[in-house]
Amino acid sequence: MRKLITRLIPRDPGRSFVIGVPYLWLILFFLVPFLIVLKISMSEMQVGVPPFKPLFGWADDFLSVRIYLGNLFSLFDVANDNLYAVTYLSSLKYAAFTTLLCLFIGFPFAYFLARSRPTIRPVLMMLVMLPFWTSFLLRVYAWKGILANHGVLNNLMIWLGVIDEPVRMLHTPFSLMIGMVYGYLPFMVLPLYANLVKLDVRFLEAAADLGATPWKAFWLITVPLSKSGIVAGSMLVFIPCVGEFVIPDLLGGPETLMIGRVLWDELFSNNDWPRAAAVAVVTILLIIVPLAIFNKYQAEQQGGGRT
Amino acid sequence: MSTGRVNWFGRGWLAAGYVFLYIPIFLLIVLSFNQSRQDVIWTGFTLNWYRELLVDKEIIDGFILSLKIAFLTGLLSVVLGTFAAFTLVKYSRFFGRTAFVGMVNAPLVMPEVIIGLSLLLLMVSLQNTETFSWISRGMFTILIGHALVGMAYATVVVQSRLQEMDRSIEEAAMDLGCRPRQVFFLVTLPNITQALMSAFLLTFTLSLDDVVISQLLSGPGSSTMPIVIFSRARLGLDPRVNAVATLTILVVTIGVIASSIYLARLERRRQKEMSAAFSADAA
Amino acid sequence: MGELASGHPNVVAPDGTLAAAAPADTHFLRIEKLVKEFDGLVAVDNVSLDICKGEIFALLGSSGCGKSTLLRMLAGFEMPTSGRIFLDGKDIAALPPYIRPINMMFQSYALFPHLTVWDNVAFGLKRDGLPKDQIAERVEKMLGLVQLKPYAKRKPHQLSGGQQQRVALARSLAKRPQLMLLDEPLGALDKKLRERTQLELVNIIESVGVTCVMVTHDQEEAMTMASRIAIMSEGRILQVGAPHEVYETPSCRFVADFIGNVNLFEGKLTEDASDHVVIETPECTHYVGHGITGTEGMAVSVAIRPEKIRITQQPPSDLARPACNWVKGEVVDLAYLGSYTVYHLKLATGMILKATVASVERLPDWQPTWGDSVFASWDEYAMVVLTQ
Repeated sequence: MRKLITRLIPRDPGRSFVIGVPYLWLILFFLVPFLIVLKISMSEMQVGVPPFKPLFGWADDFLSVRIYLGNLFSLFDVANDNLYAVTYLSSLKYAAFTTLLCLFIGFPFAYFLARSRPTIRPVLMMLVMLPFWTSFLLRVYAWKGILANHGVLNNLMIWLGVIDEPVRMLHTPFSLMIGMVYGYLPFMVLPLYANLVKLDVRFLEAAADLGATPWKAFWLITVPLSKSGIVAGSMLVFIPCVGEFVIPDLLGGPETLMIGRVLWDELFSNNDWPRAAAVAVVTILLIIVPLAIFNKYQAEQQGGGRT
Repeated sequence: MSTGRVNWFGRGWLAAGYVFLYIPIFLLIVLSFNQSRQDVIWTGFTLNWYRELLVDKEIIDGFILSLKIAFLTGLLSVVLGTFAAFTLVKYSRFFGRTAFVGMVNAPLVMPEVIIGLSLLLLMVSLQNTETFSWISRGMFTILIGHALVGMAYATVVVQSRLQEMDRSIEEAAMDLGCRPRQVFFLVTLPNITQALMSAFLLTFTLSLDDVVISQLLSGPGSSTMPIVIFSRARLGLDPRVNAVATLTILVVTIGVIASSIYLARLERRRQKEMSAAFSADAA
Repeated sequence: MGELASGHPNVVAPDGTLAAAAPADTHFLRIEKLVKEFDGLVAVDNVSLDICKGEIFALLGSSGCGKSTLLRMLAGFEMPTSGRIFLDGKDIAALPPYIRPINMMFQSYALFPHLTVWDNVAFGLKRDGLPKDQIAERVEKMLGLVQLKPYAKRKPHQLSGGQQQRVALARSLAKRPQLMLLDEPLGALDKKLRERTQLELVNIIESVGVTCVMVTHDQEEAMTMASRIAIMSEGRILQVGAPHEVYETPSCRFVADFIGNVNLFEGKLTEDASDHVVIETPECTHYVGHGITGTEGMAVSVAIRPEKIRITQQPPSDLARPACNWVKGEVVDLAYLGSYTVYHLKLATGMILKATVASVERLPDWQPTWGDSVFASWDEYAMVVLTQ
């Protein structure tokens, strides 16, 4: 009992202040909003302000709770309307492809960066960071000019004689993938680089000394030792990609269904807030698994890394 | 890992990667000087779009608003992020630590659409109560959204600095008579200023750049620059947007290059001084 | 214990005046039944110690033995689970570090990287709110003491390891603490510099006259610097004594083995007289020229330091009791280390006997080499009988 009391009464006001301020902020603007989203996702839509019916109500001294799971269930009512199920699947698909492509391009990139001469490495790193600091929106927008029917790429290919008339590239899965990989490549390269640059060359020398070919050494030493970098990079690409909005909106087309856009449309075009909230809740559930993996790896890395 | 040996394949891969990263940026710069309004074909040099930009009230107002929000976001994020980083590094046990860790990290990976939506629904719910009906969407609500995300980034930056810092200097300060608060202001803070500055720059930039959260939380008459650019970009190519892009790239490039040269110099001088000092023992 | 402190008679009071060689206060720092547990693991286990005013006291042990935790409890960074700490009669166990009149010199010095040498030394004085001129005077004096006056305006990273160490010393002495704690004071320096610095450090500490408790894992450092040593293992103190005491009369096998090298013979007590004992071991019969508290038939160990063993080509002829205290062995290993040579002799029982022979002569007539059969002998006062 005494222990409980001493735990509840702050003995160190500075400590409580340091913990309390960010805690309160997060509860107020992160936790509570999510509870509200959850609440609204279980409310019925109505026309008016607010555009949903209340979940809790007082009637005859009784608290009545009306939980309407229609929004959530309807998302998976494949027989009736499979838009959402298809959208979720296609979001996951695009995110997975983006992650794989980023890994495929980014791993060798980070590897060669880490093996470059230490004198030029800061410059090379700066060149990776530089686009990162310039507006994401503007860089994605630039691809419109490249991929449009009368864009740079089509003009170039016609001039080269590869094609006779413009190929439609903008607003297709192709343009979407280009934009996604482009936007998220640095998120893959940076953690991988941070991991690979710390890799001790002596491991590879020892492997070579023991008779491993460079290729074998790469697969048996470099790749396993950079596992945490691969996981971190993949999560940093995959999770935000699932809910990405700007790229699908600017570069995607009618057939490239992504959850971020659907949510946006429910909110602004259809004004169906409960539906939008339900979409958000399911999306969160979808990314919570990779999120947990990500947190675990981050905790491991911060704990000094058990490599 | 460093051997300084990258073969032709590696060089080729790096070069291709950089071309991929820089083609769009290069294109934006070129097009901003192109006479043609719609086409991407070069029709001649002009500074017209920059001139138009000077009288584009929508963009200028948006820019000023964005700057204000970004500055405040930077400040708020750094303060909150420093608190959170301190909590994470120093206090290994308190009520709900796991939840705290999860909430601090979540905005790093949570889709912006969802963060924006949840805050939007919070604001609307508050507006529907009697006490908070005065809340209106605009600069204030955008600031909260940006600072929520910015705090997560600032926490990561400050936390990693705190972790690599030699914690015994804080004990030394306490040993020499500092109360805990004095320890923070006299010893800890001066030793993490560089991290605080980079956290500020990072969150400032993120805020200046954000469109999704801003759009969801903006109200009438509070369009930030990205909101303006986004609405124009959706319609197609706009040479004034190219001009804005070029200016942004110019400022960022100068800033990044200057700061990295400055940091490299600082580091080199430090190294030199350290090796000079080291030889004193041998004497 | 009183006479132990007299090895350091020139006690200078913190204010610089030569204090009368007052009878040493044996209870200046008194640690009573101190216990520290971390999540059920006992780091410091019921430690009691009395430390005299003006002495340099060393806690010696391998890493994880609890010596650092003990030191951190003295500094106030850890709260004891139970037990009390008295400094000059006052219980300080519950005081936070910033109130204790104790200063610490940290292992990696913990100099403030953003402050100059001058400001580092002045840091603690400023916290005390001393007037500016007094601070300046004290800092100058401290920098003079450690011979760093020309470096006052430098930042820590502009100093060598040895200079940083002296700044740390000046900083912890500046507040004139009643007790100074040193955590591995020379651990961060390389070997050559360490030897030179050990005596320098002792000279400075003694010229100020501050009582010191230091922690180290380096027995040479402890023996050079400290007037008394406490050997710790697994949170407990095994033996307290002057360097020669713990070396020549270790209280248990752990201490004998930990301090320096030792050969241990396991055997039984066969004859127990008041002026001598005889111990029978598989290797030989030991005649020990002093009595011990034990009973006939009890299992004991005989400890002999390698440097107390003589190596000869012929069976030893000068022994008082020709049947005891010698063995025959084969040289299986030898290492010439300049000032002495280490021999490993394999005895008939398989035991490896270590012996060191000082290089007294430049070109001796006979030197054992690999494969030689030799005789090792020792006199009856060279041994210590250990019952635990």
